[in-house]
Amino acid sequence: MPDATGLELIGQELGSAVLDTVFFRDRAKLVIEPDAIRPVLAHLRERGYTFMASLHGVDYYPQEPRLGVIYELLDMGRVDRISVKLRVPTEAPEVDSALPDRPGDPGWRTAVHQEREVYDMFGVRFRGHPDLRRILMPEDYEGHPLRRDFPQGGEPVLFTYNEPKRPRAPA
Amino acid sequence: MSPVGQDTTGQSSDISEYRKREQSITLSELDGPAADGEAADARQELLTLNFGPHHPATHGVLRLLVTLQGEVVRDIKPIIGYVHTGIEKTAEDKAYWKVIPVVERMDYLAYHFNAMTFCGAVETLAEVEVPRRAEYLRVIHMELNRIMSHLVWLGTSALDLGAISMFWYCFREREKVLDLFEMSTGQRMHTRYFQVGGVIEDIPRGYAEKLGAFVSEMPGRVEQYRALLHSNEIVLQRLRGTGLLDAARLLEFGVTGPLLRAAGNPWDLRKADPYCSYGDFDFKIPIGTVGDNYDRFNVRFAEMDESVAIIGQALEGLPEGPYITSDRKVALPPRHELATSMEALIHHFKLVTEGFRVPPGEVYYPIESPRGELGCWVRSDGSAKPARVHMRDPSFVNLQAFSEMAEGGYIADMIATLAALDPILGGIDR
Repeated sequence: MPDATGLELIGQELGSAVLDTVFFRDRAKLVIEPDAIRPVLAHLRERGYTFMASLHGVDYYPQEPRLGVIYELLDMGRVDRISVKLRVPTEAPEVDSALPDRPGDPGWRTAVHQEREVYDMFGVRFRGHPDLRRILMPEDYEGHPLRRDFPQGGEPVLFTYNEPKRPRAPA
Repeated sequence: MSPVGQDTTGQSSDISEYRKREQSITLSELDGPAADGEAADARQELLTLNFGPHHPATHGVLRLLVTLQGEVVRDIKPIIGYVHTGIEKTAEDKAYWKVIPVVERMDYLAYHFNAMTFCGAVETLAEVEVPRRAEYLRVIHMELNRIMSHLVWLGTSALDLGAISMFWYCFREREKVLDLFEMSTGQRMHTRYFQVGGVIEDIPRGYAEKLGAFVSEMPGRVEQYRALLHSNEIVLQRLRGTGLLDAARLLEFGVTGPLLRAAGNPWDLRKADPYCSYGDFDFKIPIGTVGDNYDRFNVRFAEMDESVAIIGQALEGLPEGPYITSDRKVALPPRHELATSMEALIHHFKLVTEGFRVPPGEVYYPIESPRGELGCWVRSDGSAKPARVHMRDPSFVNLQAFSEMAEGGYIADMIATLAALDPILGGIDR
């Protein structure tokens, strides 16, 4: 992990893109402007954080903006980790995709499945993702189940015995 | 130039946009204008095959849409989600200590690892000190689990290659590991042995001897498996040079674990960033040379040997002392205190009814599971239930590299490559 000073230095290099730096339990985190995600990731890659360990979503309900996307980056040479976090509102949950967008761009190919999962579970749309579909839930599913206001349980499970035998009569 | 699926079945208008994209084919090698008649013929010979979800060789309910040109695999689309059970959502509705049995069931061959990464994240958030004896007991159980997971992988992978007897030998040793789990934890699988702050129970009398016998027996068994497979001409021909992918490409896809090590990159979190007292043990990291299926087999063989070595050392140097933290706010008081101490009874009641509260914050805690980096991200809002639990499961990420590994090879090699990838669908779908 970069220490608290190292994190501040990285934060200063990135300038106005960084909203906040958090150093908590020896772990470094940058909170950034959602629109600055691609330049920030590119800059961190140049600093040696070349491996994206994880990309996941979170819902901060009832705080606003509600949805968060977190990128866990890793520098394998120095064994150093840093998290990057951004927040988007539920009304317009759009972020640039971390995938390579042109030939020659290193990008983060590992994000294909993980961005699809965040879209599936939280409804965050990644601009430029070539194949942004649901990945774990059925294709015709409505809603984004990991949002905090999505109720738990009550999902009817369709087995042959409770399948409607014929269309219901109109009420 | 629409190859298959649409014009041949005549159902193009019936299928949804989603299905169309799912069934679309990326033909990188065949793309471009069909200059001569041969290329145009080649396109027409494409066959799309639905593989799974219920197929013994997919190691779970994995569905693959495979496009074949003759016997050569041209395109693979993995489709997952068949065993999605919403474990991450369920975890948000449980007190911290009740989440452990839920997350254990994700990657069902690595339950101690799932519990470890969750407990590690909560311990970091709540700043709980874990006693050294508990750390050593955790290491013993995790390494036993790694051996067990690799044995299941070896048995089923050999089965995919047509070597049936391998399966029985592997499951014989796996039984011994499960017996050891039963003796120390009371359960063979999904043991709930790891607790926040330590482990639930000390090892029983006679366990050390039984484990010692296993440690002295296992290297010989691994040698037997080697003798069975490594001088087998068919196995060698099936594995060498198939499913090749170099380390740089694997890193782009986020692949870690034995797959990355087989390609020659000695990245292992146990060594690189020791957690849970792994720094105390002397072990090597086996690596391969080119990253084909043969290297993947060898790396896992050698990893079993190294795990046995770690268990031996942990058993030898098992420190005396408590096996769980004495912090009564987090861990249950011992049973005998309940009869005499009012305070213990109150703590017990609070823990069982409400659970413990964790200071607000977010922590990502990665460990080395049998399949690569397994990370748990926990967000606490200060209450007794986690506000978000995310598992970065290695199988989910590693699966992305599968198309690239298998495309251009024969369909039989695709099966071998899928076996060497070792995907666990419980972990992929969560």
